[in-house]
Amino acid sequence: MIHFVLLISRQGKVRLTKWYSPYSQKERTKVIRELSGLILTRGPKLCNFVEWRGLRVVYKRYASLYFCMCIDEDDNELEILEIIHHYVEVLDRYFGSVCELDLIYNFHKAYFILDELLIAGELQEPSKRTVARLVAAQDSLVETAKEQTSSITNIIAQVANTASL
Amino acid sequence: MNPFSSGTRLRDMIRAIRSCKTAAEERAVVRKECAAIRAAISENDQDYRHRNLAKLMFIHMLGYPTHFGQMECLKLIASSGFPEKRIGYLGLMLLLDERQEVLMLVTNSLKQDLNHSNQYIIGLALCALGNICSAEMARDLAPEVERLLQFRDPNIRKKAALCSIRIIKKVPDLAENFINPAASLLREKHHGVLITGVQLCTDLCKVSSEALEYFREKCTEGLVKTLKDMANSPYAPEYDIAGITDPFLHIRLLKLLRILGQGDADASDCMNDILAQVATKIESNKNAGNAILYECVGTIMSIEDNGGLRVLAINILGRFLSNRDNNIRYVALNMLMKAITVDAQAVQRHRATILECVKDSDASIRKKALDLVYLLVNESNVKPLTKELIESLEASDQEFKGVLTAKICSLVEKFSPEKIWYIDQMLKVLSEAGNFVKDEVWHALIVVISNASDLHGYSVRALYRAFQTSTEQETLVRVAVWCIGEYGDMLVNNVGMLDIEEPITVTESDAVDALEVSIKRLNSDLTTKAMALIALLKLSSRFPSCSERIKDIILQNKRSFVLELQQRSIEFNCILQKHQNIRSALVERMPVLDEATFSGRRAGSLPTSVSTSTGTARNLPNGIAKPAAAPVADLLDLSSSDAPAPSSSGGDFLQDLLGVDLSPASAPPGTSQPPKADDKASLVNLNGLASLTSLSPNATSASPAPMMDLLDGFGPSPQKKEENGPAYPSLVAYESSTLRMTFNISKQPGNPQITLIQAIFTNLSPNVYNDFLFQAAVPKFLQLHLDPASSNTLPASGNGSIIQSMKVTNSQHGKKSLVMRIRIAYKINNKDVLEEGQVSNFPRDL
Repeated sequence: MIHFVLLISRQGKVRLTKWYSPYSQKERTKVIRELSGLILTRGPKLCNFVEWRGLRVVYKRYASLYFCMCIDEDDNELEILEIIHHYVEVLDRYFGSVCELDLIYNFHKAYFILDELLIAGELQEPSKRTVARLVAAQDSLVETAKEQTSSITNIIAQVANTASL
Repeated sequence: MNPFSSGTRLRDMIRAIRSCKTAAEERAVVRKECAAIRAAISENDQDYRHRNLAKLMFIHMLGYPTHFGQMECLKLIASSGFPEKRIGYLGLMLLLDERQEVLMLVTNSLKQDLNHSNQYIIGLALCALGNICSAEMARDLAPEVERLLQFRDPNIRKKAALCSIRIIKKVPDLAENFINPAASLLREKHHGVLITGVQLCTDLCKVSSEALEYFREKCTEGLVKTLKDMANSPYAPEYDIAGITDPFLHIRLLKLLRILGQGDADASDCMNDILAQVATKIESNKNAGNAILYECVGTIMSIEDNGGLRVLAINILGRFLSNRDNNIRYVALNMLMKAITVDAQAVQRHRATILECVKDSDASIRKKALDLVYLLVNESNVKPLTKELIESLEASDQEFKGVLTAKICSLVEKFSPEKIWYIDQMLKVLSEAGNFVKDEVWHALIVVISNASDLHGYSVRALYRAFQTSTEQETLVRVAVWCIGEYGDMLVNNVGMLDIEEPITVTESDAVDALEVSIKRLNSDLTTKAMALIALLKLSSRFPSCSERIKDIILQNKRSFVLELQQRSIEFNCILQKHQNIRSALVERMPVLDEATFSGRRAGSLPTSVSTSTGTARNLPNGIAKPAAAPVADLLDLSSSDAPAPSSSGGDFLQDLLGVDLSPASAPPGTSQPPKADDKASLVNLNGLASLTSLSPNATSASPAPMMDLLDGFGPSPQKKEENGPAYPSLVAYESSTLRMTFNISKQPGNPQITLIQAIFTNLSPNVYNDFLFQAAVPKFLQLHLDPASSNTLPASGNGSIIQSMKVTNSQHGKKSLVMRIRIAYKINNKDVLEEGQVSNFPRDL
């Protein structure tokens, strides 16, 4: 299984973390620090796998972001590379040519997409189209709900205003 | 608008934080936002709750503490709107983990949401449950999840499947409930459900053997068919990756088949065809294809043997190994390590490629390749493999050198076919990476060298040559110094030249130069310098012409601040100046170090390091053994006892050497403890130094002896007064026409091994005896302690007597009785007289 997912920038800033195994808050900070040190210093031509604490960390660099996933020893590392790519492609489809800035300002959306892709550290949906469709459906639900509340608020505000007049 | 709202939108807050130039600025912004959020929380603000939580999550990602927001998550989850729930669950998964008790409070909300009419809300609940539920929550909500495995919407079914995985991992007892629903998922058409269903089955098999049996029986064929359909399916744009339809599903199916086929011949037969098809048809120019092939190879190696398939698999691995992509090579090395247990022969064929990988620029690959090579070594290929490994040693970086050196040394030791090869390889390793070599390794090398008597000359010459070029490798210097000291004469006289050697002229002065360099070099540590000093002493005996020069070099350390060096310098200087006569005997060629004992000793993990001591435990890397008080025996040739006395740890090794037959031709090399300024102190010192705590194999020389007792001019042997309770009849231990010695024996109360003897000397002649000196020697299993005599003048004709006390400790008390060799020296009218004898009439039970 995937134990955690980490997105770090080249400068070591954390853009996204998702934990599928129990790590306390303190442990999480420690893990992030350790892995940042380990991965950010690796050269470009080296293989994408690092052995760490008896587990394996698969990472891939996309522009200025490192996508890291930590797996067990007996998992298929090449498949994880595919999963990482799968995620990036879905993000790309959703944001339209995604860049790091998109992920910073819309981190919650990145999380929502990740949640449609992985649960309990396992892959959920191999079809990018389905994932996009599901996320879009949920987004529209949110939009509708917002419109409703704002329209209600408007009505109430108008009523309140007229009442106070 | 709510007057208490936290004004900034999420986007604005993020912008503000990112524009901060310093950490302090950022902290200020964050603090302000947190304050606003806290205010909103305490006001129970509904409207902006979810915006505040989003802000809180961002702040959390920056690393600030956000536990005050945990209850907000719960409130959001409990609210009825979808956006609130969405953010609430996200916050829950981010800000909490399963170990926190707050999590339990969510259980009720989760239960309600799992039964919600809106399927997306069900999805949210399943997701949260699957990611962070604790064991109690799992138990509570398992029935709901089970039910949802058969929900009408496939997206819910797939989420439920993954959620179930977490549940059975947390609560394995519940696994049985999920077996049937999981099996029905395998018949689905929807890829998402199929993938998650397969994964659920895989995990069920890992957790419950019952499940394994069930799936093996009922589902293997179905799975094989599904995989076949997948492999043969036409182009499906939705699932296509790199020309393969749904590689993820391929891989999951292969994984499940692996588990089902492991250990079961029928199941394995079932899948042979499809495995062969996948292995041959899948293209391997893209990562997706390689991932599938990798999984396929893994499956083939794990299931029951089918010759053809195995060959196919190993060939694929071979192809992977020569792929330029680092990832592929890494993965191949990994799989080969597992394959070795299955088919070592096949892996041997790829040895050359694996050796290439040891020199790779990627650290992960190097390490894996080295581990693999280590497993591949056997007697037949050890020579070429070691050669390759030593070559890669030269090219490797510091970090890797340590690991590589350790592996090479252990390989060489385990498999070396002949001594000369072993010495050659070790020399290369020492020259290249001596600083990484552990102490026990170079100790072992010295033991081997000393045992290969025909290779002494070769070894010392090779070491001398290596020494000229690689002085920065500490261990090389140490071994070289030891050999030059020990076999210097062979070096200079080109003794024992082998055909393969090139002639080399080394003069005596060159050899001394080498030793001088090793003392003077800047990074020589204490051990090296100490070894060099003793080596110089040996050379001064072997090359008498250089004696003066050696003395000067040794004297330079007379004022060293390090106690060890100062002591040695002074002592050796004393030997050189005053004791020329015994010097050659002192530093004679060492007897062969016993290999078997050494390796046995090593296995018993005694501390073997010649550490730089602080002066209390004196480690002697070569030669001077601090004698235990007892064994004067060998010198006096008393070998009445065969069993070596049990002694302190270091002494053991000493004893074994003492057990070595010292042929009378070479006078038993003794060591002398040259007296310090204070004679009286010296015996005390001697006893103290008898504890050889550190064991170095090259710490030997044969015996020991408090030579002081036997050498003239060393002052009276320290003797001890002692009491005597006559528990035994006094016996006449020695009697001659001129002298009688009587022993009064008593036992020390409480310690049966110790016997107290009072010796009384009576002069039977009419002459006065002056400078009366009594000396005694005992065999190894006894320890003797002499007190000073009452006087050293024995009046004539029994008009007075000299009384001297001694204490004998019998380590073989009960098994062997006491026996003693005595020597009495005195002067009559300034003429020396010497009497010797043996006392063997002690009572048996002493």
